Amino acid sequence: MIEVQDLTKSYGGVTAVDHVSFRVNKGEILGFLGPNGAGKTTTMRILTGYMPATSGTARVAGFDVAHDSLEVRRHIGYLPEAPPVYPDMTVASYLDFVLRIKNVPAEKRRGRLADALEKTNIADKRGELIKRLSRGYKQRVGLAQALVHDPDVIILDEPTVGLDPKQIIEVRRLIKGLAGSHTIILSTHILPEVSMTCDRVVIIHKGRIAAVDTPHNLTSQLKGGQKVQIDVQAPPQLLEELLARIPGATSVQLSPPRADGHLLATVEAAPGADLRSQIAAQIVAKGWALYELRGISLSLEDIFLQLTTDEAAQTPPPN
Amino acid sequence: MRSLYAVYRKEMGHYFVSPVAYVVVGVFLILCGFFFDRILTFFMDQSLSMEMQSMRFGAPPEIDVPSEVLRSFFGLLSSLVLFLIPVLTMGAYAEERKRGTMELLMTSPVTETQIVLGKFLASLTLFAIMLLPTASYVTFMYLRSDPRPPWGLMLAGYAGVLLLGAGLLALGAFISSLTENQIIAAVLTFGAFLMLWVLDLGARGASSLAGQVLQYLSVIRHYDDFTRGIIDTSSVTYYLSLTVLCLFLTVRSVDSMRWRRA
Repeated sequence: MIEVQDLTKSYGGVTAVDHVSFRVNKGEILGFLGPNGAGKTTTMRILTGYMPATSGTARVAGFDVAHDSLEVRRHIGYLPEAPPVYPDMTVASYLDFVLRIKNVPAEKRRGRLADALEKTNIADKRGELIKRLSRGYKQRVGLAQALVHDPDVIILDEPTVGLDPKQIIEVRRLIKGLAGSHTIILSTHILPEVSMTCDRVVIIHKGRIAAVDTPHNLTSQLKGGQKVQIDVQAPPQLLEELLARIPGATSVQLSPPRADGHLLATVEAAPGADLRSQIAAQIVAKGWALYELRGISLSLEDIFLQLTTDEAAQTPPPN
Repeated sequence: MRSLYAVYRKEMGHYFVSPVAYVVVGVFLILCGFFFDRILTFFMDQSLSMEMQSMRFGAPPEIDVPSEVLRSFFGLLSSLVLFLIPVLTMGAYAEERKRGTMELLMTSPVTETQIVLGKFLASLTLFAIMLLPTASYVTFMYLRSDPRPPWGLMLAGYAGVLLLGAGLLALGAFISSLTENQIIAAVLTFGAFLMLWVLDLGARGASSLAGQVLQYLSVIRHYDDFTRGIIDTSSVTYYLSLTVLCLFLTVRSVDSMRWRRA
């Protein structure tokens, strides 16, 4: 549905998007993850036909964004970072205007309008002036605007910004519900959002793609094995030797003992190995006091940091 | 065409829900009414005193009150327009850009030309609506004068105002497309209008080529013909060229928003 090949955008000597390539299949939800200023918005703006790329190609719904911009725009719905609403219009008249400029035939408009109002849960506000709505409602009007004409591709730039937790859950559910019949790209810098809603994730950093995969694969691939953290009262040296001897342990780190004799140790395991029961059994067999033992699996957050800091380490610092 | 109409419809709706249109039209009509009354009274007094003089000294110097009133009135309309059009056009693109709604328009299946024409036609409609009530003053005067002046005089006058308005609305909208700030747009537009107004100031009566060019470019010089009931092709061409040029520049400017760093 969406094919992006070597997309590059630079303005005024700054390369905002640097040879980005990815594809999104029909009915899929792709998450764009990256810190602010990573190039997410620029990529989305190119895909929506808002701005041209410096080089590279992008095809949306089979049309080239540079050559068939109008066709592309006919097939997309787009929610920019700030909802593009007219404060002096009512919700219904605004959505009607959007339906008209998206060339939806007159006989279908009424049904689509009602549908969008219902999906985004703003039917009770249809007669309200947009300027009187709260931030969350405005955001939902923006969302309604992106899907009111039932486009093949929906592009959402940070769709849950400004919503309260309950609304965030509603919007995520709505987005998930749209998948299948629509192809969706959404950007965010909130990591759990990606793992909750997206089929695949593109991690983008400084205009480049750092990783593309499913949230699940990303987590397990980069985990580099499980870590186990223990809180124990034991002689440090003996403990270290014991832990290092456990088969499957790749490294052991000890914190200096606290005044009450507690030690914090972190054991890293080879991929696939689960050391928790062995560690517990060995420590208990020695007669040491085990206060806490827990496995730590890397969250997307860690992966994200890992990927983006690795990148930073490779590039030489300025000056 | 459908997209153009959608933009036009949105713009008209915008004018009539926002207070700006009401304030501009209201102020315009109050000033027009006031000045029309003053102009009419002035010329009637003058004609009366002339008549008295002619009774005393003979040789009646005729004064054509309705045409004189019309000339002054249309002159006045042009000055009011100079002040009010910048207010009407300042938001045309500047506001859309600031609110981010330009991004909606430009990612919808609408061409730049459709956006620009839709907005222009809406502003021209509002301008015509604003002028409409003033026709009642003039019509009233026509019905009360004897002999009745030719209707062509009034129609030529209104044709002139509309053409002048079209040119200025297009220019104002173009300037609005250059900035995100409405105040800057209004001030620049007002400055540009004023420059076009007084362009021929130093060149009046000059016979040099440069002087003649400047005279031709002055926006108000062509307008004088209309107030005298003359529809000159060169004047019509002048206003239409100004309008088309500005609309074209606006299309280019809107298109360039895609390239400028947002």
